[in-house]
Amino acid sequence: MSTTADQTTTGRSTPDGAVDRRPPELSPQALAAQIGAAVVGPAAEDVDARARFPHEAVDALREAGMLGALIPQAMGGLGWSLDTVAHAVTELAHHCSSAAMVFAMHQIQVACLVNHGGTERLIDLTERVASEGLLLASATTEVGIGGNVRQSSCAVERDHSEFRLVKHAPVISYGEYADAVLATARRSGESQPNDQVLVACRRQGLALEETSGWDALGFRGTCSLGFLLTASGDAGDILPDPYADISSQTMLPVSHILWSSLWFGMASAAADKARSFVQTAARKSPGTTPPNALRLAELTMVLEQFHDLVVVARSRYAAAVLDPDQTRSIGFAIAMNSLKVSASTLVVDVVQRALLICGMAGYSNGTPYSLGRLLRDSFGAQLMVNNDRIYANNAQLLLVHRNG
Amino acid sequence: MNEQMEDQIRQVVAAYGRLPVDISTVRRTDDLYRAGLTSHASVNVMLGLEDAFDVELPDELLRKSTFQTVAAIEVALRSLVENEQARN
Repeated sequence: MSTTADQTTTGRSTPDGAVDRRPPELSPQALAAQIGAAVVGPAAEDVDARARFPHEAVDALREAGMLGALIPQAMGGLGWSLDTVAHAVTELAHHCSSAAMVFAMHQIQVACLVNHGGTERLIDLTERVASEGLLLASATTEVGIGGNVRQSSCAVERDHSEFRLVKHAPVISYGEYADAVLATARRSGESQPNDQVLVACRRQGLALEETSGWDALGFRGTCSLGFLLTASGDAGDILPDPYADISSQTMLPVSHILWSSLWFGMASAAADKARSFVQTAARKSPGTTPPNALRLAELTMVLEQFHDLVVVARSRYAAAVLDPDQTRSIGFAIAMNSLKVSASTLVVDVVQRALLICGMAGYSNGTPYSLGRLLRDSFGAQLMVNNDRIYANNAQLLLVHRNG
Repeated sequence: MNEQMEDQIRQVVAAYGRLPVDISTVRRTDDLYRAGLTSHASVNVMLGLEDAFDVELPDELLRKSTFQTVAAIEVALRSLVENEQARN
């Protein structure tokens, strides 16, 4: 199975030949835009102010079946391609970075299940994500490891067909609202730190004891608290593929594609405010181009670069998934790493440019041009998987990379 | 020749693979990643092999599977060394 084939239906069949008078189904992008404008956007200020979980956004996405967007239709999902999901993430990010991030992080876990969850129990879990709208979270970092997600200190304990896991997770975004947490751990107590597996820890066997809070500069609605995770369950919930393969083939590229699409949505939202600000000024003095229109032209150039970067990366991933050997190549890893660094830097650049254009109206809270929340959120992009770590990985890979 | 090449591979893996176990306890077909070879260290092993055997590993061999076992490394290197000899 892969996450490329887009099974989105565009029309409705009428078996008896009668005229279907129902309104046509919305396209995935239009559906995301509608939920964004009607539900996600109106709650965004409150989500940010109170650093609270975007309940209404997640409920609306669940209602629309979008929590199962990446799951093939044969398994009860919407069968959207990663490209389509990425478009939806961009739309949501226009309205609320946090809600879009929760949606994106959930989809990353879904992609891991769809591509690597080959056991009977995991197939069942995937189908339940589609039918019941279960929400999936992730616990890849660990206290004492220093942010290197490719090493674990905790280990899966096996007792016949049962597993048990205890993990000190410095961050599990929206963990307390998730129906299952996918956690990395050493394969067994005897395994080396890099010999990892990914385990789906279901709510009924899961205890999360809060160890740190979440009062951050941005992405406040992701509720990225720290937890002591204690989980037990059926060993069939351990993904059969080594985590090293899940990471390089799915988790890392899907994360970087969805995150960059999200950051592009934030940049677009800031650009929209700047454009509106300049156009309002222009209407007051037709015939005279407002001075900050030049700044808007510059901003638009950067936004176009950003757009093209994101679109090309999505195409590259779609092509690579058809030829799995590509996803294992060093060139692909370097490209996906570069995407994350570029996009996370560009989002700050665009939001800052928008702030210069909107001036005090952008700097002040409570105006239609306020950019405070977007600016705070945008700085998070470089930190979630620190760009220095990604640069260091690419520096190492480039020592043996051949084709430019 | 076979043993000589394997010995040389083992020396490179021992020097640059940062394995937490003694290389002599790793069998030809044991999984090096399970033995503790990280992706970061595997790049250093690649560089060490290229230097020791005076070859350049082409892009299609720069895969996790090429460095999975001592035996797999030997197959990859042998294909390169033989190509080189055929050309000369």
